[in-house]
Amino acid sequence: MDAAVIRVEGLTKRYGDVVAVDAIDFEVKGGATAALLGANGAGKTTTLAMILGLLLPTAGALSVLGQDMVRHRYRVLSRMNFSSPYIDLPRRLTVAENLTVYARLYGIGRTRPRVRQLCEELAITDFMDRALGTLSAGQRSRVALAKALLNEPEILLLDEPTASLDPDVADWVRQYLLGYQARTGATILLASHNMAEVERMCTDVMIMRRGAIVDRGTPAELVQRHGRETLEEVFLDIVRHDGEGVRAVLGR
Amino acid sequence: MTGPGGERRRTPSPAPAREFISFRRIGAMVLRYVYLLRGSWPRILELAYWPTVQMILWGFISQFFLTHSSWVAQAAGVLIAAVLLWDVLFRGQLGVSIPFLEEMWSRNLANLFISPLRPYELIVALLGMSFIRTFVGVVPAAFLAIALYHYSVFDLGLPLLSFFINLLVMGWAIGLVVSALILRYGLGAESLAWIAIFAVAPVSAIYYPVAVLPEWLQAVAWALPSAYVFEGMRAVMFEGVFRTDYLLKAVLLNIFYLGLGSAIFLYAFRVARREGLLLKMGE
Repeated sequence: MDAAVIRVEGLTKRYGDVVAVDAIDFEVKGGATAALLGANGAGKTTTLAMILGLLLPTAGALSVLGQDMVRHRYRVLSRMNFSSPYIDLPRRLTVAENLTVYARLYGIGRTRPRVRQLCEELAITDFMDRALGTLSAGQRSRVALAKALLNEPEILLLDEPTASLDPDVADWVRQYLLGYQARTGATILLASHNMAEVERMCTDVMIMRRGAIVDRGTPAELVQRHGRETLEEVFLDIVRHDGEGVRAVLGR
Repeated sequence: MTGPGGERRRTPSPAPAREFISFRRIGAMVLRYVYLLRGSWPRILELAYWPTVQMILWGFISQFFLTHSSWVAQAAGVLIAAVLLWDVLFRGQLGVSIPFLEEMWSRNLANLFISPLRPYELIVALLGMSFIRTFVGVVPAAFLAIALYHYSVFDLGLPLLSFFINLLVMGWAIGLVVSALILRYGLGAESLAWIAIFAVAPVSAIYYPVAVLPEWLQAVAWALPSAYVFEGMRAVMFEGVFRTDYLLKAVLLNIFYLGLGSAIFLYAFRVARREGLLLKMGE
């Protein structure tokens, strides 16, 4: 594996008295697929938003591809991208129009062939000329993924990439992402509630609870350390037992 | 970087995003708004609807006053010219605020600001779009005034260009402040887009001279570029004089207000980044 491409040290986000992310430290190495796991409100999306520069940290240091994301995010934004079911593309624009606008924003030289190529890869060519708002959730997810891959990002951040997708489309998306990573060597950091997905895709898992990273390792390491059968059981152990199980396992 | 599959990466080669300002990105945003307009005839119709209705209404009022008011009789068309120029100000402001609202309605701001788009590039795109929307909205009404009332606002000549630009720029400044407030306070503040401009209408001396206002309000009026424009318009129509002193004051005030509006928008953007508002926007 390459050196760390995402480096987070003491990263903290507070909203008044509420601590959304509490002095977390982690690194993601180049070419890895890492996951942030946690219940709703654990701080996963807040962490991703800070890595993207959408949200200013209260404290801590954060660098992506060697650049400080608070001060120099424009040096790397063209080399990363993001997809989330919680943010949309304009629904009244067609698929092709949406992708054309974003291709230009990302400075893609030959816009039309790139949009065409991605639409073919993601099997959305048939509805390229339809307004995004007329598509099904699964089709929209693939368009959002196409947007996230327009610039062939070195770092791809995904927030619940298969949420709201049926199992067939979700499996297709996972396969595509794994293929993309194998082809390009991109680094993927995803936030997810889907333990099976994380076990299948990720080499490095960080479990968050109340803004802190409470455990970390490969899926196999976590399962073994907690004496459980699956990552889902580990997750439930941590979420339901308020971290006591974790502290017992880790001897803290 | 070499991937696990052993192949070298990169096919699309995005341009380096280090340049301070990119006209390609600005053009992309203008294209986004043009796509939206192009795909929706009600939106295009809406642009011209209100200026046209206003012009027709004030056209009839003018015809009535021509026989009942010696003041209007001195310069036929003064009310039509005033309403058309007022709509330049109003459309200029809406032209900034509405495209910005479109981003909020479509929950697209987060996608925009994880791209290399700078907030000031968005500002430039909004201003460009405002020019297009204002032009599309007001020019048909101006031509219709010729057909219906035999009055051409274009008879104002070159001064019309300076009036148009000054009112457009003032509209931009107000539009940026309105957009900043919507960014800061969310869609609960969206009605500001349609009503904020009317706060300056009474002191803009659109249909009457500044001298009509109480003395303390006159001071407020003279702090606005619009008052100089409308007084300047009447000077051209009634006296045949183009007041360059008014023009200069309007330009200086507009530079100040546009700078202030941009600064307020950029400050609101920073607050939005601090408070996590860019991820929370939506219908």
